Amino acid sequence: MDLSAINPVLLIASLMVAATPILLAAIGELVVEKSGVLNLGVEGMMIIGAVSGFAIAVESGSPWLGFVASAVAGAVFSLLFVLLTQVAKANQVASGLALTLTGLGLSALLGQSYVGIRPPQMGKLDIPLLSDLPVLGPILFGHDPILYLGIALTAGVWALLKFTRAGLVLRAVGENHDAAHALGYKVIRIRIMAIMFGGACAGLGGAYISLIRVPQWTEGMTAGVGWIALALVVFASWKPWRALLGAYLFGGVTVVQLNLQAAGVAIPVEYLAMSPYVITIIVLVILSADKSSAPAALGRNFHASR
Amino acid sequence: MKLTTLLTSAAMALGLATVAVAAEKTKVGFVYVGPVGDGGWTYEHNQGRLAVEEAFGDKVETVYVENVAEGPDAERVMTQMALEGADLIFTTSFGYMDPTINVAKKFPNVKFEHATGYKRADNVSTYSARFYEGRAVQGTIAGSMTESNIIGYIGSYPIPEVIRGINSAYIHAKKVNPDVQFKIVWAFTWFDPAKEADAAKVLIEQGADVILQHTDSTAPQAAAQAAGNVITFGQASDMSEYGPKPRVSSIIDNWAPYYLARTQAVMDGTWTSVDTWDGIGAGMVGIGEISDAVPADVKTAALALQASLADGSYHAFTGPVNKQDGSVWLADGETADDGTLAGMNFFVEGIEGDIPQ
Amino acid sequence: MIRLEKRPQPSRAWSLATPLVAVLATMLFGGLLFAALGKDPVEAIRTIFWDPLFGEFAFYYRPQLLIKGAPLVLIAIGLSLGFKAGIWNIGAEGQYIMGAIVGASVGLAFYPYEAWYIFPLMVIGGALGGWIWAMIPAVLKVRFGTNEILVSLMLVYVAEQLLASASLRFLKNPEGFGFPGSRNLQSYESAFNADLIEGSGMHWGVVAAFIAVIFAYVLLNRHMVGFHIRLTGEAPRAAKFAGVNPARLILLCLGISGALAGLAGLFEVSGPAGQISIDFNVGYGFTAIIVAFLGRLHPVGILLAGGLMALTYIGGDIAQSNLGLPSAAIQLFQGMLLFFLLALDLLTNFRVSLRKVEVA
Repeated sequence: MDLSAINPVLLIASLMVAATPILLAAIGELVVEKSGVLNLGVEGMMIIGAVSGFAIAVESGSPWLGFVASAVAGAVFSLLFVLLTQVAKANQVASGLALTLTGLGLSALLGQSYVGIRPPQMGKLDIPLLSDLPVLGPILFGHDPILYLGIALTAGVWALLKFTRAGLVLRAVGENHDAAHALGYKVIRIRIMAIMFGGACAGLGGAYISLIRVPQWTEGMTAGVGWIALALVVFASWKPWRALLGAYLFGGVTVVQLNLQAAGVAIPVEYLAMSPYVITIIVLVILSADKSSAPAALGRNFHASR
Repeated sequence: MKLTTLLTSAAMALGLATVAVAAEKTKVGFVYVGPVGDGGWTYEHNQGRLAVEEAFGDKVETVYVENVAEGPDAERVMTQMALEGADLIFTTSFGYMDPTINVAKKFPNVKFEHATGYKRADNVSTYSARFYEGRAVQGTIAGSMTESNIIGYIGSYPIPEVIRGINSAYIHAKKVNPDVQFKIVWAFTWFDPAKEADAAKVLIEQGADVILQHTDSTAPQAAAQAAGNVITFGQASDMSEYGPKPRVSSIIDNWAPYYLARTQAVMDGTWTSVDTWDGIGAGMVGIGEISDAVPADVKTAALALQASLADGSYHAFTGPVNKQDGSVWLADGETADDGTLAGMNFFVEGIEGDIPQ
Repeated sequence: MIRLEKRPQPSRAWSLATPLVAVLATMLFGGLLFAALGKDPVEAIRTIFWDPLFGEFAFYYRPQLLIKGAPLVLIAIGLSLGFKAGIWNIGAEGQYIMGAIVGASVGLAFYPYEAWYIFPLMVIGGALGGWIWAMIPAVLKVRFGTNEILVSLMLVYVAEQLLASASLRFLKNPEGFGFPGSRNLQSYESAFNADLIEGSGMHWGVVAAFIAVIFAYVLLNRHMVGFHIRLTGEAPRAAKFAGVNPARLILLCLGISGALAGLAGLFEVSGPAGQISIDFNVGYGFTAIIVAFLGRLHPVGILLAGGLMALTYIGGDIAQSNLGLPSAAIQLFQGMLLFFLLALDLLTNFRVSLRKVEVA
């Protein structure tokens, strides 16, 4: 065993990268759930984002265009969920699963000709002086731009929910859609926008995996990240900054367990491998005392009856 | 009449029918565990299938089913192929072993080929590749080129196939560099590109400047490239898009020669049940081009090793080799027997850490 | 302008007709998809829906439908009870794995001793394994109010790691030359869940699935507990007044669904699959959620939905092999089926009228 081999600075820097796709998807889903909608189709929207972002980046040669395309594709794909739950008033749990199933199938078809190709690279932020700082440099100033976008989105959503009128309306819709409707807010329209925002974020998260984190396209490559993002939202009790913390924690547990293995710590590997999930459950239990922020209308469909 | 009898007689009838038709077309079935777009294991088997189609043209018809779960689904898909008149069926995952044997019993006239297993029958052959020979070449290059003397190894699950690869790579790295140290990380998954990326990064952060992988995605290649002065090897496919550096060479699963030969044997009526375990010599294990990032003398040594493995003058596991606990495994000059290799579940002396089992 | 009016009662006629309409719509759009992929759409649809039932080799596929459908129905029946009451167990996959591990462990503990009571003990072990795994989210929800969707889902991943551990360590076949995976229970007579009539596909799991359907039907329609379940789902506040104990209901619903999922795992590992291996689970626990909704959470509906789902799997594999369709196309096809069923549910609960908007 050689724990000194673990470099905490690099560990923190790489757990930030590991956390980013989860964070992006979770922030989107957080907004969706704040509006009172439970979309279990995150995994499906992510993989659609992953494949379309990859395809556009390869075709255009620009990773930036790829990311834009992934957000658009995620949002467009989420319209299927809108159609089911907001128009046809179908059960949200089942609709979310349908979205995931469809997304996995569709992405595999779309991505057939992109297997084994290397996408264009997105450069890292490289600020002279700052990026070269001893400890803070690699942690704060040495990442790709999308990682910062994730943090910026977290801040943006936090500010939106806390300070703006739009955030207030969103929360009102999620708490009590009948009351919000009575006040004259367009419940369905607001929810549709929230779902599309969630789709765009999930798409970005997927593209982060296929364009930066891995980077390649293979079928089913999101490998369950979407589900973890869902857990993260509850874990964070619908608070953006806690989602960021949770994403780092979750990414951190995975990176730390691999670090411990590489350092030769003699803990059975499968127990290390299951630790992120067990820890999530434990934290869920601890945080479930705090139910203040769970949207009251979560998962319930709205129909304006007169 | 019992249903199984009915099944068998239907199969017999079909078998006879196919013999009549066989003069025109031989039908070859492939059962895949993953999607053909996985870029690794299944992708390479499918390349083998395409090679069969190309080589035999109109004389052959190939069918495949991808994403077939091990267990009853595999059994159903194989039965279906046999019912639909397949003459030869390749089942390409270890977990298909018992299903293959079960189905083969019901269709005595259909030939089966099971990859990486150990159960055979009159109409069931097994085949596998001596990937550890490729690992020996990798180990030689890795041991010569490492400057930190730390080599990172990403394992999937601790099964004999993977352990054999680690041992082979270690022995040959040690031979050229006595100070070499292996850091092994088990991903406990066959497929999770993001986790593979994390594993590679972790190993690099802990000082490894060579990454060997027994997982199929290019994620570790990208991680190595981002880190800078780290070298890697392609796994399953060439991954030449990451050459000349970090990817300096690769192990390529090349099933095409075997698939061609076995299909030809069925066409000629010369097919018999065999146990094939081919390596570099027969072309089943391909060594991807060694890039210019490798110093000339190292490249020469690696090519010499490759040649001696290919012509059989050298065995990758040649004594003296001790087991991890210090007990003697192979005496001086002794070579490992295939039985021990097939079920290898121990590290050789010098590797640190335990096999999780 | 299209207007929706909520029906006071779900329409019986539409609730029977929508599944058929959905299947037809899926055939139509699926056909377009297959045509776009360059395949003959009519032949593809026929291969998926017709060949397994009435094709040349139907004698083989019909029993396979039972083998494929039974675990789906067994799990979905358990899930539907909870879903009706608004209790969301989406971790049936984990409970299925645990049932298989515990059940197989019980059987293998006796190996190679033969006795009639081994299989019944395994069945109990299987149910217990699934039940315990479902009790974790149940107890946490009752005690701490923890969200059961996420806990049960997280436990799937934990169970998958335990499965790997079982295949590589404590259940590894000592005569398996070091390869992962347990002994094959198919060759251990006392533990083998064989076809009751050889070649019929009727193993104990199929029997259990049919019993579960009848049990659920009786429970929901003739029993107080069933009434409480429905009441809690439809009118939670009324349920409170009616004296329904929500904690007991959570424990009961999650417990039943866990035990049934565990049974499904046990019957699978001791029969069709034969052994514990790293990739033993193939997603029945997740597919069963879809089956439960396809069947409109009604026992008979679930039975039919399980059959339909099994049909698309088996027919899908045939279509892959015979027509060269990629498996992704089949997956997308199944997604479409679910999509149309959910979308058309609208007609059951709402009246759609085409009317001009009145000028107020």
